[in-house]
Amino acid sequence: MNSTAATRNDATIATDGDAFVLHGDDRRAIEHELAHYEQPQAACIEALKIVQRRHGWVPDGAIPAIATVLGVGAADVEGVATFYSLIFRQPVGRHVILVCDSSSCFLTDYEALYDALAEVLGIRFGQTTSDGRFTLLPVCCLGACDRGPALMIDDDTYGPVEPDDVAELLEAYA
Amino acid sequence: MTASRSSLRTSLRYRCQLRQAAAERRAETHPLTWRLHDDNRPLGFDEYLDMDGYAAVREVLGRQSPDEVIDQVKEANVRGRGGAGFSAGMKWSLTMKGEGIPRGYLVCNADEMEPGTFKDRLLLEQQPHLLIEGMILGGYANNSRYGYIFLRGEYVEAARAVTQALEEARAAGWLGKDIAGSGFDFDIALHTGAGRYICGEETALISSLEGSRANPRAKPPFPGQSGAWGKPTVVNNVETLCNVPAILRHGVEWYQGLSGGRSDDGGTKLYGVSGRVNEPGLWELPIGTTGQELLDLAGGIRDSKALKTWLPGGGSTGFLLPEHLELPLDFDTVGQYGSRMGTGLLTVVTEEQSVVALLRNLEQFFARESCGWCTPCRDGLPWVVKILQSIERGEGEQGDIELLEDLAVKLGPGKTFCAHAPGAAMPLQSAIKHFRDEFERGISHRARAAHEDPIPVGEV
Repeated sequence: MNSTAATRNDATIATDGDAFVLHGDDRRAIEHELAHYEQPQAACIEALKIVQRRHGWVPDGAIPAIATVLGVGAADVEGVATFYSLIFRQPVGRHVILVCDSSSCFLTDYEALYDALAEVLGIRFGQTTSDGRFTLLPVCCLGACDRGPALMIDDDTYGPVEPDDVAELLEAYA
Repeated sequence: MTASRSSLRTSLRYRCQLRQAAAERRAETHPLTWRLHDDNRPLGFDEYLDMDGYAAVREVLGRQSPDEVIDQVKEANVRGRGGAGFSAGMKWSLTMKGEGIPRGYLVCNADEMEPGTFKDRLLLEQQPHLLIEGMILGGYANNSRYGYIFLRGEYVEAARAVTQALEEARAAGWLGKDIAGSGFDFDIALHTGAGRYICGEETALISSLEGSRANPRAKPPFPGQSGAWGKPTVVNNVETLCNVPAILRHGVEWYQGLSGGRSDDGGTKLYGVSGRVNEPGLWELPIGTTGQELLDLAGGIRDSKALKTWLPGGGSTGFLLPEHLELPLDFDTVGQYGSRMGTGLLTVVTEEQSVVALLRNLEQFFARESCGWCTPCRDGLPWVVKILQSIERGEGEQGDIELLEDLAVKLGPGKTFCAHAPGAAMPLQSAIKHFRDEFERGISHRARAAHEDPIPVGEV
């Protein structure tokens, strides 16, 4: 679980504004989304999610690229990208851990769970392990209050997670 | 090692679970959940059809007028289950429709993010066809052209279930052109979000659906007049829409009777309990069930501790006391006691837990989730958090409680575009009202202000 040894995979950080090319499949997926809405701007969030699924985050160059496909201003796309908490405008780890810090999980001591995560990973909220494996973020009530404290790792929701479970649970995410 | 890893993953994996066994649930008494399996499996399309599924659509479309549908929903008095409690039938009757008015949208608010709320997830994951049926009927009543299910991005299981159900319904002709030979065209798209609690506010949700930042809009115009892309738009919560098919199938009187004289409101409610109780969970019960009944179903408080206080329906409802456990939990009753029923999912606070700390956690949530559009909300909430943090550390100053009370008023209804700030003000106001002594204990300088101006005015 020592995350400090390896360096981040260059491929995840090498993308800069000039070099970004929207993948053909992503462009088609975005264009397909347009059909669901009266105006193209509405596909903006989904477009950002499509790009993020491929790259793990939304690289700078994706903003004007998406804006071009949608026919809207790049500033509008950036405004949206920076508003939503699940759109990442900087690189994140291969796995994103979302820890519920809302009231029911507060009352069932998510703070002890968070401390265990912070200790095992060596990072705090908003940080990524230096091997690029995990990013740790808080999240709004996960709707798993009957089994708090709850967290999500990628698409999987868990609860109640005891501090002692943390190390073993994370091993499943390479 | 691998086996133990996978078993820990399996045993910790969250599964949404109704706490009532199938044997206890019947069509006449549990309209929302009677079809559900005991083992959290989603109800299949064929199973839904075999259990009276889409019968209301067949019965209503083309046989009753949209106004007749609205009248029944109005008469049944279905109050908005997202927490606001506004009559769904009334909302539908205010949607602009008719000659020369473009057909608009029916949007299902599935952005469940209210702290302490875990009910819509059950319906979305395990019975998406009931929601789709409710939406078809809502779309028909409101003359909507198209429907959207606005689902929070984290509900991955729900997205899977809803996507599959939409495909099944479309393939079987329940969505698309000329539904069930009625001449009514209607389809639904799933729209998944990307975080932010504010998206659950109906006008912010519309902004988000349109692909913008989720800033709310002033009302009027109400969404029913001018919503998504300027078209008449109806926004209803998942549970609200899921109530509609059975009302149209079994009638208003039956629906009213479900609450069995406990409440003027009709129907059932998905109630739940979370916090340090022995068996937290979710139940479908007659509306007007009391907090005490729910606490008993949840097996009481862990370690035989006493109840200190509770929130009746999420983070934006007011704190209630143990003496309020006997009240029927319906919209009008709870509203008379400085709180709101909200989503009807109780958050239990036990005797050894600090109200100041919990309130600080709640206000941090509201401060973080403010969209920043209105000044009182954007600037007031972080200020509230700062004061609460100092009181929590025992470093509060004389006048802090009065300042918090003043802020609660300035964050209250009418000062901002939406209900986010008033939602944050309600637990603040009620916590001070009921637990003022806890706040006072956090104030260290009783005699005078701690930070008296170091340079006396007039002497420089």
